[in-house]
Amino acid sequence: MADRALPTITPETTHFWDGAKAGELRLQRCTPHGHVYFPPRFFCPRCGSRDIAVIKASGRAKLHSYIINHMKAPGFTPPFVVAVVELEEGVKMMANILGVEPSHDALELDMPLEVTFEALSDEISLPQWRPAQGAGE
Amino acid sequence: MTPGSVAIVGAAESTEMGKVPHLSQLSLHADAALNALDDCGLTLADVDGLATAGQDAADVVQHLGLHPTWVDGTSVGGCSFMVHVRHAVAALEAGLCTTALITHGESGRSQVGRLMRAIFPSANQMNFEAPYGVTLPPSRFTLPVLRMMKETGLTLEQLATVAVVQREWAAFHPRASFRDPITVDDVLSSKMIADPFRLLMCCLVTDAGGALVLTKADRARDFPTRPVYVRGAGESAETAMVSQMEDFTSSRAFRVSGKLAFESAGITHADVDHLMIYDAFAHLPIYGLEDLGFVGRGEGGPFIAEGHTRPGGRLPLNTNGGGLSYQHSGMYGMFALQESVRQMRGVSPAQVPGAKISVAHGVGGMFHAAGTVVLTNEAQL
Ligand SMILES: [Zn+2]
Repeated sequence: MADRALPTITPETTHFWDGAKAGELRLQRCTPHGHVYFPPRFFCPRCGSRDIAVIKASGRAKLHSYIINHMKAPGFTPPFVVAVVELEEGVKMMANILGVEPSHDALELDMPLEVTFEALSDEISLPQWRPAQGAGE
Repeated sequence: MTPGSVAIVGAAESTEMGKVPHLSQLSLHADAALNALDDCGLTLADVDGLATAGQDAADVVQHLGLHPTWVDGTSVGGCSFMVHVRHAVAALEAGLCTTALITHGESGRSQVGRLMRAIFPSANQMNFEAPYGVTLPPSRFTLPVLRMMKETGLTLEQLATVAVVQREWAAFHPRASFRDPITVDDVLSSKMIADPFRLLMCCLVTDAGGALVLTKADRARDFPTRPVYVRGAGESAETAMVSQMEDFTSSRAFRVSGKLAFESAGITHADVDHLMIYDAFAHLPIYGLEDLGFVGRGEGGPFIAEGHTRPGGRLPLNTNGGGLSYQHSGMYGMFALQESVRQMRGVSPAQVPGAKISVAHGVGGMFHAAGTVVLTNEAQL
């Protein structure tokens, strides 16, 4: 089986991957307007400002949409969940939902999720999501 | 653009389609180009403009022996050819060339001489999507649909009906890959690919080519074919990353492109006799109907399920059977345009009687771009 696809760290994304390795989900926010955005870049795509700061995300999100992938993928055993989550900060990210069966019974849109990190290499810990503990209580 | 200033005078598909293992991808471009030139009585020496996608434009220029004064290699996925039509109109109006050729060829099935068009054309996709096990389009293009279903009430049965209705149209076409009738049950019991998407809700993979020849409308009557005038067009792009679409229930690129096309053509939806919406997957005609404004939000699925796009319905849609049943080489936009041209010439095997205006709407990548073309068989100038 081919190896799982790994991200390449670039100067613009170092903060993100450093954060993930340290167990912290980092986003960027422009100073003039407070626009939070993803994926990383050296300016705000909404206002063009280069005056930006790295912030720590809350780690809370909701399940925005998903498929259950029955096709082969390097490093994965089908079926598995490919999802898009919407973070509390308003940005979306691709994800696999960990800790649940890949079934429509176990997955409900807008269910609360919390971030976790999947170590793929010495360098890369991938942000992932799992059902929020105590959700629905 | 001036409505009707430019006409499509030559249009053809490759001599063979489906499984063509004896032709390389570049040969599929050439075969279609020669067929389209034959169609209008021109030769390669007459061509001074070239646009193509998925293949380097200079590669096609050299292979065909062209000496162009206008070259367009815009490559934004399968809708690139709709975008090329819009660019060709601008180039012809500006006098950058006099005869523009748009070519497509792809050895999608046999993979003969196929250029490795990147599965992930963006570094951001590689870094922030690929690690999650997404690969081929069925694992990405489909991601917005459960959100669409929750927000608008779109049902699985309605999605399946898209494939069923398009198969009815494909039955008219000798060149369609699949022509036997199917039912909603057939679709919903076919192999699971990317739940909720099953095999019959996903496009074919074939070898095919197609080409168009465009020139100024004042020359268009000099050709043996019935001129098909470009009345309007639009284009846009949103994001290479499907995860970053601003709204999973609506494509911004579709909305912008469609609005531009209708406005530049000076038409309303009631004027449209025939419609093609690039259907790499069964949900795209539903997004297209809603985002182009033919129906309201949440009304696309019911509209198709009620039969309005079927043979005999009031809005014939994807009358060649679409990417789901006709052909899909990987960049299907050229084949939607070919069927629109046939309809405007009055020669489609699934001809809509008396059709005067056809709209061909294309998507690129995984909702990443869009192109929309309004064609008519009535001279505008
Ligand atoms: Zn900003």
